[in-house]
Amino acid sequence: MIPRHLLIALAVLLVAVLGMSIYAWNMRKTVAATPAASVDTRPLAPPVAGPTEMVALFVANDEDGSLRPRAAQIPMPSGRQQRAEELLRALLSIYLDKASPHVLGAGAEVRSVFLVDPGVAVIDVNAAFADTHRSGVLVEELTVASLIHTVSANTPGILRVKILVDGKERDTLAGHADISDFYDVTAVNQLATQLAP
Amino acid sequence: MRWTNRLSLGNLGALVILILLWAMILSGAGPEKHLSVYSVAANYSLPLVQRDGRDYVGLLEVLEPLGKVSARTDGTHWHLKYYREEDDFQVGKTRARIQGRDLELPGKFLVENNRGLVSVSSLSTLLPKILGGPVTLHEDSGRLFIGSVATHFTASLAGDNPPRLVFNFTAPVNPTVATEPGTLRMTFAREPVVSPASPTLTFGSKAIPSANYSEGNGTAVVTVHSTIPVMASFSNDGRTITIAQTSPGTPATSPAPSATTPAPGTSAASPQPPAQPAGPTPQVWRRYFAVVDASHGGDDHGETLNSSLLEKDVTVALARGLREELESRGITTLVLRDSDANLSLDQRAIFANADHAAIYIALHAASNGHGVRVYTALLPYSEDDRGPFRSWTTAQHSALALSQSAASAVAAEFQKRQIPVRTLAAPLRPLNNMTGAAIAVEVAPQGADSSQLTAPDYQQLVTSAVATAIATAHNQLGAAP
Repeated sequence: MIPRHLLIALAVLLVAVLGMSIYAWNMRKTVAATPAASVDTRPLAPPVAGPTEMVALFVANDEDGSLRPRAAQIPMPSGRQQRAEELLRALLSIYLDKASPHVLGAGAEVRSVFLVDPGVAVIDVNAAFADTHRSGVLVEELTVASLIHTVSANTPGILRVKILVDGKERDTLAGHADISDFYDVTAVNQLATQLAP
Repeated sequence: MRWTNRLSLGNLGALVILILLWAMILSGAGPEKHLSVYSVAANYSLPLVQRDGRDYVGLLEVLEPLGKVSARTDGTHWHLKYYREEDDFQVGKTRARIQGRDLELPGKFLVENNRGLVSVSSLSTLLPKILGGPVTLHEDSGRLFIGSVATHFTASLAGDNPPRLVFNFTAPVNPTVATEPGTLRMTFAREPVVSPASPTLTFGSKAIPSANYSEGNGTAVVTVHSTIPVMASFSNDGRTITIAQTSPGTPATSPAPSATTPAPGTSAASPQPPAQPAGPTPQVWRRYFAVVDASHGGDDHGETLNSSLLEKDVTVALARGLREELESRGITTLVLRDSDANLSLDQRAIFANADHAAIYIALHAASNGHGVRVYTALLPYSEDDRGPFRSWTTAQHSALALSQSAASAVAAEFQKRQIPVRTLAAPLRPLNNMTGAAIAVEVAPQGADSSQLTAPDYQQLVTSAVATAIATAHNQLGAAP
């Protein structure tokens, strides 16, 4: 003879299990029916906290093939290397905007910037940056000049710059601009003058 | 005592037999191994010695023809001085100190009679540090290339009946030619000839079905397979070898080339080519005034200009048009890529530099922007050239002013014709590898429609403007021979 209170407890537990199963089944159906939110592959925005600084970003413009200085107030960390990274992330946030004058492919990102003494900067971009980049001498040159001139104009002492893709050397950015060698910052500064509107 | 004498006689007999065997082995031994060294300064061959199961070569002998070098032995150390830099090797050790940095060698460093010996496999890591330039070692075949000195070649079949196989080399060559039924063998002992993209070339001809490239003991060999008796004839100052059917009464062995101009990258050590060849009348070597390069090609499509238009196809059409325009103005022109072929940037630069053309013009096409952009090289950061070697990446340095002048002349001509034009520097290979004037012309449509790039009238407008500018700057760029 099973005690009555045990039968009641068993019945309550069975009802609870049944209820939970129905709830879980419904939840699964709801999740399956909801479209997955598109992944935002844009780089993270600079940290909002911390002191901001006025910097000059050199923004490429495809319409007239120019490189224009644009003042921007962005939060800047104190470390020299981190500052260079924030500069390029601010620059890329412009290029990833739909209304950008020089659109880069979705997912393009600057992975890191290494400042190596004496006077060497290494800009490491991700594979999407190069793989989705449009091909052409001018369009690739504008990107390269924009990155290098933005870093060198805001970071004194840089003499040469190397661009890596996913930490590795590549011959060209997208079939034209040679990135296999170190860029001479003086030569790129002269190029920026040629590219001025 | 008798027993001892018998033993001595037996030993003597065994010794005689051993000596005889050794002599037989020696008489049947293979040829002495050599290392062939090719450089801008000199081409030379050095004997190799076997130590510890490895091939060794005298380091001083390798460096002597390349620059100012000396060596001294100091106890267990062997010091090498190349120009002002001093390097230190330890006898019997694999560690050396080169340019102030430690370097691990694949084999022990040896000294014999004050000669410092390094293993051949060490050269590919050691020499770039000492010389400050690229070095390519073909260890298995004993060939060492210092700098970009390789002689490239192409082979194509011309004519059907009878077929002729034409080899074009980037520098004059003087191989020894041997024929036997079914094959013709060209052996390049002193020339830095290197393999084409594929070592076996097929031509789709029954008479001359194929040729293949091989290397061994410091030489390169090209073997032509044929079902007809063939001979080789030389023309174009030793830059072209034509393999054709032997005429009745013609000796199977080929005539030697005539050469009036020394090959780039050869030294006094190179063989002096014999005089006038027999056989077909040799052509005079034609140096082109302009080398026009249709950029991209083969697997490299360049920009996809629209759904049915690739940059590589537009550049070929522009290159052919430009050649026509230039030649109509009396300017000899070579189009580097006249088909959908793969051609590396290094190969393009080597061909143009070997030709010593007055101007190199690379053609590009783009959907972005309007009009035409004329580029000169944006040179990469470079340390100073070392000794007799010029940096490959900044070879354009001394000709940059001439290139900028040519670019300005081309831009001025476009302005006259009211085509939007800009002159810019660009990090665009192989402009920086060129030793003469070099520009690139990127053609974009005047409006938004990229199909204008294939319009014959637009192409003609562009190519005639470039050709007119080059013709105007002819004297400044240097008169063609």
